[in-house]
Amino acid sequence: MYRIIQTVLAMLFLFAAMPQGLRAAEGLRNLVNALGEAKLSAMDEHIAALAKTGEPEVVAILDALGAGNLYARKTDGQVFLTKESGSNLALIDPISGESAGETPKAAMSKIKVNNSVRRAVRAALGGLTLLSPDRAQRLKAAQSVLQTPDVDALDAVENALVAEKDEAVRTVLEQARAAMLLASDRPIEEKKEAVRLLRENGGREALPVLSAALGSAENGLEQDIEAAIASIEQAQEFWNAGQNVWYGLSLGSVLLLAAIGLAITFGVMGIINMAHGEMVMLGAYTTFLVQDVVRTSFPHLFEWSLAIALPLAFLFTGTVGLVLERGVIRFLYGRPLETLLATWGISLILQQSVRTIFGPTNREVGNPFWMSGAFELGGLTITWNRLWIIVFALAVFAALLFLLKKTPMGLQMRAVTQNRRMASSMGIRTPLVDALTFALGSGIAGIAGVALSQIDNVSPNLGQGYIIDSFMVVVFGGVGNLWGTLVGAFSLGILNKFLEPYAGAVLGKILVLVLIILFIQKRPRGLFALKGRAVEA
Amino acid sequence: MITSFLVKSLDRTIAVAVAILLLLAVIVPALNLLTAPDHPLHVPTYMVSLFGKYLTYALLALALDLVWGFCGILSLGHAAFFALGGYAMGMYLMRQIGARGSYGNPLLPDFMVFLNWKELPWFWYGFDMFWFAALMVILVPGLVAFVFGWFAFRSRVNGVYLSIITQAMTYALLLAFFRNDMGFGGNNGLTDFKDILGFNIQADGTRAALFAASALALAGSLVVTSGIVGSKFGKVLVALRDAESRTRFLGYRVEHMKLFAFTVSAMMAGIAGALYVPQVGIINPGEFAPANSIEVVIWTAVGGRGTLIGPIVGAILVNGGKSIFTAAFPEFWLFALGGLFVLVTLFLPKGVVGTAQHHLARRRQARAAARKEDEQTDLEDAKPMAAE
Repeated sequence: MYRIIQTVLAMLFLFAAMPQGLRAAEGLRNLVNALGEAKLSAMDEHIAALAKTGEPEVVAILDALGAGNLYARKTDGQVFLTKESGSNLALIDPISGESAGETPKAAMSKIKVNNSVRRAVRAALGGLTLLSPDRAQRLKAAQSVLQTPDVDALDAVENALVAEKDEAVRTVLEQARAAMLLASDRPIEEKKEAVRLLRENGGREALPVLSAALGSAENGLEQDIEAAIASIEQAQEFWNAGQNVWYGLSLGSVLLLAAIGLAITFGVMGIINMAHGEMVMLGAYTTFLVQDVVRTSFPHLFEWSLAIALPLAFLFTGTVGLVLERGVIRFLYGRPLETLLATWGISLILQQSVRTIFGPTNREVGNPFWMSGAFELGGLTITWNRLWIIVFALAVFAALLFLLKKTPMGLQMRAVTQNRRMASSMGIRTPLVDALTFALGSGIAGIAGVALSQIDNVSPNLGQGYIIDSFMVVVFGGVGNLWGTLVGAFSLGILNKFLEPYAGAVLGKILVLVLIILFIQKRPRGLFALKGRAVEA
Repeated sequence: MITSFLVKSLDRTIAVAVAILLLLAVIVPALNLLTAPDHPLHVPTYMVSLFGKYLTYALLALALDLVWGFCGILSLGHAAFFALGGYAMGMYLMRQIGARGSYGNPLLPDFMVFLNWKELPWFWYGFDMFWFAALMVILVPGLVAFVFGWFAFRSRVNGVYLSIITQAMTYALLLAFFRNDMGFGGNNGLTDFKDILGFNIQADGTRAALFAASALALAGSLVVTSGIVGSKFGKVLVALRDAESRTRFLGYRVEHMKLFAFTVSAMMAGIAGALYVPQVGIINPGEFAPANSIEVVIWTAVGGRGTLIGPIVGAILVNGGKSIFTAAFPEFWLFALGGLFVLVTLFLPKGVVGTAQHHLARRRQARAAARKEDEQTDLEDAKPMAAE
């Protein structure tokens, strides 16, 4: 008996409950179907009505509407989400999300949208997704609301703020709220508070909001807004300068990498190696080859491919340099102009060899995960690969400095370059030291190639782009001085990036070249000139 | 004074070379225009243009030789002066198109109409007159070289530093001329020429005349350079090449002399460029590429720097080889050119002509010595060899 009553009650309950659920779904369906019949001018209301239901299905429906994927069936006016499927449309039921077969396009009529509808869709979606359980989606919604603040969405934002726990999303939402407040008819105190908030963490996005509010601001608010704009612009300028410095450091590190091998061969040995850029190129191609082998044979080692490529590139280009020095350059010591021509010829041969072997097109070199992506630092966007290249360039510089200053080999190198005959008399095998020094310079160019393969196109022409710049760095910094190369590379990099916004990239580069030419007038031996007898030799 | 200049300049080899050039200037156009196409001695028009181009290259190499071979300034930017001269001529040729361009604008060249420019930039004024363009062909490269050289030589930038700076100069110009805003046609440069001095630029007669003009220009420059080199000034130039500091200490204004040679050389390069452009029908920023300038150096080196005939021979040899090579094995040309750079610097530092002259002089000396032993009286000196 009890059981029967229970069953009956349950059935009664179900009976009562089911129609209610069904009724809600039915209401939603009616609302959706109404979209099919609505005029463009009345769309806004329909969208608002849909959004008001707060049902999770509405997000997908509005998305489809905005993207133009919502169609009404001509026979019965039923509205469906659709997907292209050949010449047919695959239908998806808007409420259940289940597939509802395919129909020819001719049997459906598209629900028309224009920009004002799209705007309404976006605003409605913003309100809906602000409450989404997914943090990323909430953040995205908050940002989109911030970009197009609309007074009507103020309530939605305030509701969302009450529920929001996540700090980052809160910040964005508060800014959005402040932006909306300024356009609303709330009391002036609240607006002042909003201006203060925008001023504190507004950033670039707050500027148009504030300037728009300035036009319709009441007395007493204007000064606040103006002060806020000024303060934000000042902060922007600061961050822009910071960003320029960062870009400049990044360019400088690239220049340093390209020039540091040259600082050895040209700066220390006095050899004009026009094939230096090709050594960089060979290093980059070594990276490509290593990645190719790793990808096909040892895919699990891919993240380490750069680390594997580094010593290989150093050894390979170092060997090429050694062969060059023994085969060609040693016959030309004391004839710098001839050295220049011979090494230029070698650079042509190397370029053409690579072109013959690998083809003239760019080769793909992948970034390992720790070198891809970016992070924010204040108002700066810093990409990981650039950061690593700066670190790497400085590390190479430090290692080279250590080698030259603290090791016996470095001591011999310096001795030979300062006074060859005396060094020879002291028992140093000068030809060997020459060969090793040149190989070292070439090897460093090779590892520079490994790093540059991460940010530049790996093509046979890779080296040519760097050769003039690297010579400029060495000449500007002062020949025979590694510190000069360091300072030269970074100052040229930063100078370049500061000129670019005003003069454009190309003109900036020309200006830098002209400035260097003028600078050499004043200090023909560069920033850090060697002093003493070695100079006039 | 001018006669003595001329007499001095015409030492025997130079006189022969000038005579050959003058002869070529007459014979080649004649063979092209007066003989029937199937005649065995007929020179086809494309050959005339090709060799006309070589002659302008030879003139460029000669200009470089004046500064490199006799003054020790290895300019890696001489193609820039060549290209500047070429652009001046190109601007004249553009203005001659008039309303026949694709847009039919009587005043503005096509690319300006394309860029939506409303009026001619000021630096294009005057280029509708040939005499003005011809003046600019000489003045613009000369002025650039003068300003550049004034700065460079004054602060005693020399040796490889100067080479690198000249390379940077042509690189900067390359970048500048690539810009559309510069008003020189940007990437595409100037092309689609129609007339020069009222003659159709495609016609056989015009081509032959351009060839003759190139040969005459080369002959004239040969006389001038030979005069400079043979004069007292030229001797000091060689002295400062070999021992700059010593020459300076002897009281010569070294930087003025270098500046003079550099400027004259740039003007010659400008003339070469101006004759080059109508024969190939285009001038674009690619001519400023540093690689081009270095190629000029190898022509001079192959022929023999420090001889006046050498660069002419070298330019024709290398470019002839390039034409043959790029037609037969296109991918191997860069190997060949690169190898040429290495081999010439290692094994033939005096170049073809320099080495030949060296051997001839040795033979003559040996013969003279033998004769001296025979007769003991004949003290005729071996003719002094041209500076190496």
